[in-house]
Amino acid sequence: MFDINPGLMVWTIATFVVLVLVLSKYAWKPLLKVLQEREDGIRQALEQADRARSEAADLAKQNEKNLAQAEEEYQRIIREGKTLADKLREEIVVKARQQAQREIQQVKEEIQRDIDAARQQLRVEVADLAIQAAGKILDETLDAQKHRKLVDNFLNQLPKN
Amino acid sequence: MKNSMELEIPGGHIELPHLPPIEVAGVTFDLSISKHVFFLLLAALVVTIVAVYAARKNQKNKVPSGFANLVEIFVLFIRDEVALPTMGKGGIKYLPFLLTTFFFILVMNLAGLVPYGATSTSNVSVTAGLAFVAFIMIQVTAIRAQGLKHYLAHLTGGVHWALWPIMIPVEILGLFTKPFALCMRLFANMTGGHIVLLALVGLILLFQSAAVAPLSILFGVGINMLELFVALLQAYIFTMLTALFMGFGMQPEHGDEHAEGAR
Repeated sequence: MFDINPGLMVWTIATFVVLVLVLSKYAWKPLLKVLQEREDGIRQALEQADRARSEAADLAKQNEKNLAQAEEEYQRIIREGKTLADKLREEIVVKARQQAQREIQQVKEEIQRDIDAARQQLRVEVADLAIQAAGKILDETLDAQKHRKLVDNFLNQLPKN
Repeated sequence: MKNSMELEIPGGHIELPHLPPIEVAGVTFDLSISKHVFFLLLAALVVTIVAVYAARKNQKNKVPSGFANLVEIFVLFIRDEVALPTMGKGGIKYLPFLLTTFFFILVMNLAGLVPYGATSTSNVSVTAGLAFVAFIMIQVTAIRAQGLKHYLAHLTGGVHWALWPIMIPVEILGLFTKPFALCMRLFANMTGGHIVLLALVGLILLFQSAAVAPLSILFGVGINMLELFVALLQAYIFTMLTALFMGFGMQPEHGDEHAEGAR
């Protein structure tokens, strides 16, 4: 059993060497190349997926930030609008009130003026009438100048109304 | 189980052709196609068909499937678990050799489990031939990786020159023990299973009773399954150790040359 058969050894070696040469050319090298390519492909695909995922995450974060910003902006605009409207209303009301006040004042002044004018007129008329009446009563022509002064003094002593 | 010049077929046997022995340098080479040579060549043919088929199919299909996928699992295993850990990136270059070793031995081992088949690897001449190729490959890798000068210097074991007369024969002997162990391990394991089977069947003859037959067959089936596993294991071990020894040659600083996985 232990006797080495040189012929069989030669057969083994020859077959093996031929097998290595043939297989490495037609089987192992193509097979290993395909394996390598597939592994590279998988690695690349994984890397790509990773990149895409991180990009998507970035994008989502950005979106969220934008959304928050927009929300804040919108809140601010509404707030500002409200403030502005309040101020405007206030202003308008104040202005209107002032305007009304002014107009009332004006009208009051006008009325006062009219009253004053009427009173003056009345006073003059009353004086004239008094003089004429006094003249008629006394039947004597009084020195108009002198008596006007007299009447004026009298009138001034009268109560204002 | 023994090598012979006839091929057993169902219902008889075929005589295999005798070739005249050739004498070269005093050694007689009997190149006749014996049973083991026949199964050796058959195994080579099967491996070629299987491997080329797998390669073709994998080139065509992007997604591996079916039988090609099975072959690919073994290829991947040899690459990632055998070549890369033992030899590193430089081992990729020697992958075709390792893959051929693995598949060739595996198919030869399995051939004996097929009815009427024979295990070429249970012949010590065949395993010696395989170990011879492994030996050459181990030396070639070492010389290629270290350079011839370094390789020769390594044989002195790095000791004082006065010790060289002892060291050099020891180192050279060390070179030969590795492939010798490879040869004997494969041969013994493949033969061992057959002998156990033979012994189990022999029990029937020993007891001269058919009542022992069921037991023999039961154990025989068990041993056959074990042999199936051993066929795979031994192909793996032969490849693994060859890769390991080649790896030692490539990285002499690791130098733990005497670590050797047992069966």
